[in-house]
Amino acid sequence: MYAQMVKSEGMKSLEDMSPEERAFQERIDRGEKIEPKEWMPEGYRKTLIRQIGQHAHSEIVGQLPEGNWITRAPTLERKAILLAKVQDEAGHGLYLYSAAETLGVSRDELMEKLHSGAMKYSSIFNYPTLTWADMGAVGWLVDGAAIMNQVPLQRTSYGPYSRAMIRICKEESFHQRQGYAIMMKMAQGTPEQKEMAQDALNRFWYPALMMFGPSDKDSVHSAQSMAWKIKMNTNDELRQKFVDETVPQAEYLGLTVPDETLKWNDERGHYDFAQPDWEEFFEVLKGNGPCNRERLEARRNAWEQGAWFRDGLTAYAEKSAARRAAALAAE
Amino acid sequence: MTALADISAQETAARPDDPHLADAELKPAFFDWLCRMGDNTLILGHRLSEWCGHGPVLEEDIALANTALDLIGHTQMWLGLAAEVEDKGRSADDLAFLRDAMKFRNAKLVELPNGDMALTLMREFLFDAWHFEMLTALAKSGSPRVAEIAAKALKEVSYHLERTSDLIVRLGDGTEESHHRMQDALDRLWPYTGELFTADAVDEAMAKVGIAPVLADLQAAWERNVNEVLDEATLRKPETRFDVHQGGKQGRHTEHLGYILAEMQFLQRAYPGASW
Repeated sequence: MYAQMVKSEGMKSLEDMSPEERAFQERIDRGEKIEPKEWMPEGYRKTLIRQIGQHAHSEIVGQLPEGNWITRAPTLERKAILLAKVQDEAGHGLYLYSAAETLGVSRDELMEKLHSGAMKYSSIFNYPTLTWADMGAVGWLVDGAAIMNQVPLQRTSYGPYSRAMIRICKEESFHQRQGYAIMMKMAQGTPEQKEMAQDALNRFWYPALMMFGPSDKDSVHSAQSMAWKIKMNTNDELRQKFVDETVPQAEYLGLTVPDETLKWNDERGHYDFAQPDWEEFFEVLKGNGPCNRERLEARRNAWEQGAWFRDGLTAYAEKSAARRAAALAAE
Repeated sequence: MTALADISAQETAARPDDPHLADAELKPAFFDWLCRMGDNTLILGHRLSEWCGHGPVLEEDIALANTALDLIGHTQMWLGLAAEVEDKGRSADDLAFLRDAMKFRNAKLVELPNGDMALTLMREFLFDAWHFEMLTALAKSGSPRVAEIAAKALKEVSYHLERTSDLIVRLGDGTEESHHRMQDALDRLWPYTGELFTADAVDEAMAKVGIAPVLADLQAAWERNVNEVLDEATLRKPETRFDVHQGGKQGRHTEHLGYILAEMQFLQRAYPGASW
């Protein structure tokens, strides 16, 4: 997941399409995959770059809230598992930047847009991780919400994106399970641990619901992205599915979802639940979340302070290429 | 839980017989020496993990976390064996999270702060080059249990050394700035490297029974390797003494270790007896 409010380019009816556009849409409708060198509408390419880029940025910014606890993990095993998990997230970033590169945008260009604020990452990573239970809540709820969106995206129309998603989903399901395992330990632990677990659920519940983005039933962007199979379900469908799956898990843990209106609706066959505070969501997107400044600063610092390192490697590569060329010329 | 206990019981059953574990006279030195191995990997792993999400390029974030993960894995094996040798009911986690600085046995080199990537990489390279020679020798240890751990760790450490050697060369012979940073890092860290080769009574006891090599015997190969990489990196080997800063492995550390432990041990100290 991790793509919210991705702006899509226009929506045309089949009659208004050029023959190329129509043929393209028909390929998608038949379930064919679109590959990098094939013709595609400019809007499709741009929308995908926005969505894949935002997802990639979320993976690398997402290292920070969990990286925050690696040095404080309570056992060697938990430390090893968390390190492996955060390293997976960086790996996901790598697949996704590579998928975006097949659309003609370099990783450096995307980084530049992240650092300037022109591109976003998921709102969820602007919330702080305050106790060890947050490592459980992030895995359980945040990765859990991500999976809801990523599983259907394995069938997305763009080949490289679909293949990246297949690899990512394999790892994400482990992440969610490790998060839930932490929550189990905490919920069944000492009174202090249980208090931390409940507090983590209280703080992450609504931000997790926000991850799916606001209701998009009337959105034109959404309709176009769905026609292109870049988006597979509406935000509301996914949010409902997430709530339906997560509530029994919370019950099993003996924790209380912080929503007094939460109730099973027999008629609908779903839980009724309270919407998150959408005003807060838009504020977070605007940069006014609890950690926006720290997260972006950390990424900018890493990039700027690493410039000499990248330049050094580039200079060496150029020198050794020149040396090889000189050696060849001398032969 | 049952499944995990079964696996662990099977592993114990499959472990080779090692008479050294029952040698009461050897126990204090053996325990101390195993803590040296495990504390080196724990503290260096901790330092490398501090980079998580802050690396200069995504591939480095992945590589640093991966190396840290390997080192924490080695820690579990070394401190696990140390706890077994000690036989006082302590676990690897107890050793990692409930000892104070004076009981830590890592060399000072690995606890030094990360600084920039130049310092981080040079510190790891100088350690990797030693670690590689040490594990190569330990893979032939007279203690089958030590040999088993060393053989597992050596596979990963061979790769660590390959990676840091390559980066030392590239950055040493990169831009003027990267060259200066690498040279500064080398000059600063060099006086800490001698500790890895200075034997005390514990090292001598381990060498005597054939568990570990004579430390001084590792030095020639280490120097050859290091010199070769530094030459190719156009870096100058410092002329200062390499054994100025000692004492880490006897528990006399730099000021930095206390802060590492304050952070690392926080949860175990704040919630004694809790299970995580």
